[in-house]
Amino acid sequence: MLTKRIIACLDVHAGRVVKGVQFVDLIDAGDPATQAARHAREGADEIVLLDITATHEGRQTLLDTVRRTARELFVPFCVGGGIRTAQDAEQVFEAGADKVSINSAALADPDLISAIGSSFGAQAVVVAIDARRDPAAADPVRDAQVYVHGGRKPAGRRVVEWAREAEERGAGEILLTSMDADGTRAGFDCELTAAVSEAVGIPVIASGGAGTVAHFADVFSRGKAHAALAASIFHFGVSTSRSLKEELAAAGVPVRLPC
Amino acid sequence: MRVTVIDYKAGNLTSVLKTLRHLGAEPQVTDGDLSLVETAGRIVLPGVGHFAATERLDATGLTGAIRASIARGVPFLGICVGMQWLYAGSTEAPQQPGLGAFAESCSRFPEGSEKVPHVGWNSLEVRDGSRLLAGVEPGEFVYFTHSYKGPVTADTAAVTQYIEPFAAAVERDNVMGVQFHPEKSGETGLKILRNFLAWDAKGNPC
Repeated sequence: MLTKRIIACLDVHAGRVVKGVQFVDLIDAGDPATQAARHAREGADEIVLLDITATHEGRQTLLDTVRRTARELFVPFCVGGGIRTAQDAEQVFEAGADKVSINSAALADPDLISAIGSSFGAQAVVVAIDARRDPAAADPVRDAQVYVHGGRKPAGRRVVEWAREAEERGAGEILLTSMDADGTRAGFDCELTAAVSEAVGIPVIASGGAGTVAHFADVFSRGKAHAALAASIFHFGVSTSRSLKEELAAAGVPVRLPC
Repeated sequence: MRVTVIDYKAGNLTSVLKTLRHLGAEPQVTDGDLSLVETAGRIVLPGVGHFAATERLDATGLTGAIRASIARGVPFLGICVGMQWLYAGSTEAPQQPGLGAFAESCSRFPEGSEKVPHVGWNSLEVRDGSRLLAGVEPGEFVYFTHSYKGPVTADTAAVTQYIEPFAAAVERDNVMGVQFHPEKSGETGLKILRNFLAWDAKGNPC
């Protein structure tokens, strides 16, 4: 049976894992390669490494980090942050990533999705969407808006429509972050996740708002998510992938338990 | 141990090469140097993406060289599209023939309530006698990402259920294929690749 994926997300700045709230007050949380290997050992189904600074000067540092992290990692490995061209993506793949996550660059140049997909396959292209409900709309969920710049600036696109376009252009998965829920630890936006999942034929990874094990169970059932991103829930010692998955299994969610 | 890895410009090889090196093999990549196939100790054909990309194997003469190596008994492992290529063809690119080591053809998962592609970790029902999958226990999972699949036949080494049962692995003597990505399947995947690297014609235990 196909299991629901728990994806561990590492925010990386200048070659180190960092944790913080809304990208401020960053605390050093260790070496990316060590942290990724630990998550994989504890049962994470996939690792996402997100370069949260993604400056031009930082490119080489990021590639070194990806190379070191990939070396001993034998689960799917996705890298995001600062990938603006097909050449950027190629360098990240050559360093050992299996997938790239693209966000604002895909909005600015939607051809980027097919450019990467045609060389590396659709399975290697994750389109990340930062979303907010639109309280002014007739249907705040179905009409949710895409945001850029860390959720501060509307991109002028509707989430469901952009997700459909990304699929048509050859995205392999959608990584949907609810900016409303992000950081609240009050649960995923299940309605929004379900709206996107029902609109596309590709898997949807839910992100933003995880605080308890029940939140994950909820986004897999009500939210129709195929995978869920776990970041701060691990950082603050709430749970390891192993304990999270054991509790999910007990709640009847199909998960891969680490051997 | 030398392993010839075929590059037909479909996706990146970094993960496969890295994993083979981790297991102590010495991968050598060829995108058209037939001598590396003709002298190969083992051959791995990875591949993600579209079945049509395998046209390059015909254009470069690699198809014929691989066929001859397989006939000589060289162990061969196809991964993902590399496994699908072992069949007669695929509805993904009907004009493009596969190697035809297995007579059937690959086809797309039927559309319905489930997502296509099939992406994620799924379990294997390993058939008795598989040497490639020796030691893989019930309840172990491997990582898939694909929209097309091979049918379940007498040569199927493992069955996976998604929408319908399909061939997760195929195996006949020295010809082996896996629909999943062993290089991305944690300890289970490493075990399967070790089995491939240990495979010999005498049937020594993997």
